[in-house]
Amino acid sequence: MGALKLARLALLCAALGLLLPWHGLEDGFKEFRAWPHGNAAPLPMLLGTGARWWLWPLPCLVLLGAAAALGKRAHAALLLLAGGGITFWIFLMGEAIGLRGLEWQWLSPWLAEAPPQPSLGWGALLLLVGATGFLAAGFAALGGFRGDAFIAFLVTGSGFLLLLFVFAPLTTILLAAVYEGKDFAPHALVARLSAQEAWSLACLSTHQGCGVVWNTLLLATLTAAISTAIGLFFALLAVRGGMRATPLFRAMTLLPLITPPFVVAMALIVLFGRTGIVTTLLWEWFAIPRSRWIYGLPGVLLAQVLAQAPIAFLLLDGALRAISPSLEEASATMGARRFTVFRTVTWPLLRPALAAAFLLGFVESLADFGNPLVLGGDFDVLSTRIFFAIAGARHDPGRAAALALLLLFLTFGAFALQALWLGKRRYTTVTGKGDSGLPAPLPKGLKFTAAAIVWPWMIFTAVVYGIILVGGFVHDIGRGDMSFTWRHLTTAFEVEWQDGMALRGSAWDSLLTTLEVAAISAPLTAGLGILLAWLIARQEFRGRRLLEFMTMLSFAIPGTVVGVSYIMAFNVPPVELTGTALILILCFVFRNLPVGVRGGIAALAQIDRSLDEASATMGASALQTLRRVILPLMRPAIITALAFSFVHAMTAVSAVIFLVSARHNLATVYIVGRVEAGEMALAIAYSTALILIMLAVVIGIEKLVGRAEIARRAGGAPPPTPTRAGA
Amino acid sequence: MKKGMVGAAFGLAMTALLPMAAKAQGNLSVYCSVQEEWCRPMMAAFERATGISVAMTRRSSGETLTQIRAEAQNPRGDVWWGGTGDPHMQAAQENLTVEYRSPMLEQLQPWAVRQAEQTNFRTVGIYAGALGYSFNAPELQRRRIATPRCWADLAKPEFRGEVQVADPNTSGTAYTMLATLVQIMGEDPAFQFLRALHRNVNQYTRSGAAPARAAATGETLVGITFLHDAVAQKVTGAPVELVGPCEGTGYEIGSMSIIRGARNMANARRFFDWALTAEAQALAADAKAYQLPSNRNAPIPPQAPRFENVPLIDYDFARWGSAEERTRLIDRWQREVRAGAR
Repeated sequence: MGALKLARLALLCAALGLLLPWHGLEDGFKEFRAWPHGNAAPLPMLLGTGARWWLWPLPCLVLLGAAAALGKRAHAALLLLAGGGITFWIFLMGEAIGLRGLEWQWLSPWLAEAPPQPSLGWGALLLLVGATGFLAAGFAALGGFRGDAFIAFLVTGSGFLLLLFVFAPLTTILLAAVYEGKDFAPHALVARLSAQEAWSLACLSTHQGCGVVWNTLLLATLTAAISTAIGLFFALLAVRGGMRATPLFRAMTLLPLITPPFVVAMALIVLFGRTGIVTTLLWEWFAIPRSRWIYGLPGVLLAQVLAQAPIAFLLLDGALRAISPSLEEASATMGARRFTVFRTVTWPLLRPALAAAFLLGFVESLADFGNPLVLGGDFDVLSTRIFFAIAGARHDPGRAAALALLLLFLTFGAFALQALWLGKRRYTTVTGKGDSGLPAPLPKGLKFTAAAIVWPWMIFTAVVYGIILVGGFVHDIGRGDMSFTWRHLTTAFEVEWQDGMALRGSAWDSLLTTLEVAAISAPLTAGLGILLAWLIARQEFRGRRLLEFMTMLSFAIPGTVVGVSYIMAFNVPPVELTGTALILILCFVFRNLPVGVRGGIAALAQIDRSLDEASATMGASALQTLRRVILPLMRPAIITALAFSFVHAMTAVSAVIFLVSARHNLATVYIVGRVEAGEMALAIAYSTALILIMLAVVIGIEKLVGRAEIARRAGGAPPPTPTRAGA
Repeated sequence: MKKGMVGAAFGLAMTALLPMAAKAQGNLSVYCSVQEEWCRPMMAAFERATGISVAMTRRSSGETLTQIRAEAQNPRGDVWWGGTGDPHMQAAQENLTVEYRSPMLEQLQPWAVRQAEQTNFRTVGIYAGALGYSFNAPELQRRRIATPRCWADLAKPEFRGEVQVADPNTSGTAYTMLATLVQIMGEDPAFQFLRALHRNVNQYTRSGAAPARAAATGETLVGITFLHDAVAQKVTGAPVELVGPCEGTGYEIGSMSIIRGARNMANARRFFDWALTAEAQALAADAKAYQLPSNRNAPIPPQAPRFENVPLIDYDFARWGSAEERTRLIDRWQREVRAGAR
């Protein structure tokens, strides 16, 4: 797409923006009837009546953009000025003049009489999109992004979104770390960052607990290492083990992924608590004394590994399937033994996926909030500390922000280590060249080791889920009252037939909202994530690393911090979103984005660039290459991203606990409330329903988008027509 | 003639509008901080009584205070109903709630009125619950431990690793215990007792009511909580016994406040008045909430731990609810008790 074409589209968009209501409509379309007067007035009307005279620069800037777009050649400087100017002015004035009139007192000589200004609406949104278009066209006209305006628009647009929904809220809350009450106090930051509660090493020498940073690090490292190892064994056995158990594996490993938070932790207590089922059996049969070992590091670790191992499996399974067997065949042909093939060919090729699995496990453990909350005992980690610094009996946002900073450092440390380990090597295995062969079977010893770990783990998982399944249908599983009842399910999901259907159950509201929000945010997340992955992995432009960093940022921030920062940033104009379903959707999209991006980058790393180049040589544009070549090859990554973001939107809790409102409540927040009230059974019953729904949706997504197969010769059968393009 | 037609048409139009007018009594947004099965029937009863449609969000009182603080510039809620008194008093101190003298005040118990006076009528008590502990009776018998009666009993060596209580850093319940002990024993002896108790504590939970549940399932022998939390376990059949300690005990006042800048101020006041009536407070017992209602005429649930049987101290909410005292006590607890070896 040329710069001029984009500029004209942007102009169209901006013109439309000038026609729509400028400010947000509280009552939606009901207020729209007042157009073009009252609350629904568009910008020209507001300017004409003098109500918003400080916005006069905006139409002038649009005219400037029009002059640049309607000429014969795109005028770069004018476009940049128009686009940048509009964006800057809208936000500057939006921040300066708020609901109570002028907010920035130093502007009072000029704007003292400014009336209150509510939040931005549809008109402003479209004008901002137009401004982004101007900016992108300007960049392209300057020769940036190799002159491709489409790429330029994608980069500028996504960068803008990331700034607004990741970076801005984060800055808002981190600024709190340098404030003591209302005073600016940098020394407070130093004191908070080096506090004893974070760094104490007392546990090495005495019975006291160690600093919360060490706890967190220890837990995250153990979780990541163990879950990656288990995931690897599962993947090896599934892909190379020559067994028919793969569907069973996929089903079993899916389960922990689609479990709402708290539920696994509760099941573990039912099993291994001091009066738990297993504990009691051990006590009665073998006289093993009953202890409270589950509360603390072991319990949290167990729960996190149960949750993380399947994610590691999904990642490694995909990577293992994508490894071209021809390399292994070549190695075997040259006389390497099975184990040598595995050690020297398969293992090194798995390294990016291993690193990704470890990193995911590490970061997820850092951010995990539900399990340490229920099972932590005296073992405190950063995420719970932050939550209680904000919502606990002692409200201290400064301390919370400092702890959040520490958590961020840990996460970035992990990313840096990953980059170091992978180095600059290439891991391309899917190429346009002849690519056929049979995957090498596993070495015997490895296969037995894998089986010895995989099957007991499967049984353990089955028992935990059995407890969850049973727990919803008995009176009180925590106290061992195992008589059957429908009571919990009818409390939650009662339906009454009286002049039509009435949903009487207490869970319906939250369930329907959750489904709606998850269904909207999943495709958005997957789409934006894959697009960003493609931009980052395949396009050369300045600021690429910065864009990558920003997409990863939201993953590193603990959910609680995201939640509170979203309220602080989006409760007041210019961008006012609290109390709507939109803020939940945005929160999910930007929170789950990193998974789509990482998955996309990993998938792209295995697709050879020569395919893009071939497409470009034959005259396809960037858009066509993306649509016809890259996207079909990336189907596995897209499915994973879709399923993952849907499931995470349905199971997230810490990020949204502050964002839900009376009209838009979410299932997980409701469940947390039940757990707090000690109603484990109702919580478990609701969770069972959620699990079934998510299961259906994930399987549906797989069926709908299709199981990803990169065409390979079927095992044993000779290839029908050995066409070897370019071999 | 023509005038009559117009008049008739006008009348018809008005009657057409009438049902809508009856329906549109306006809205009210309530933040509810007691358990869900109490929140829901309360809101439904208010809707039935007034025709005002209520949007209710349930969160713990700490989370609600966080929310109200974050929304201070652009409040979304109108009334904050329920939850322990300290966060309500903190909100009053931080000017997040507004003064309202309800005509219902004269029907209230003296402790509720006193709390309202202390906060300049920015909050009012709607129920009260005494602090105490519950123990798992079969487990106690199996270990042949004498039935505990007082706070001091919990520090005995036979309860080693068997007492559970919340962490005052995260829970208002635990802070109430801290302040109660300081008021009963004096500050230094109280801390001495807490250090002895620390050796017997197996876990400082984050949520205040969790120890009651743990005692009910036998995960711990003794759980220190508000007594109504323990009653809620007992009525479901848990083998627990309740103890109102012999030295006396403190209590919480569950409160209600109107949020500053409420969008539906008139309806908020209506809810405020209604929630203080005897009929509204009578709903608590059906919702398995066994606190003492603040309206003198409201029936006391038969299972509720009566204040007559529990020696109550004269709890000074103004002093021990203030942010400075709270921070100082919790800091001292963290330093001298929590950091100690078990």
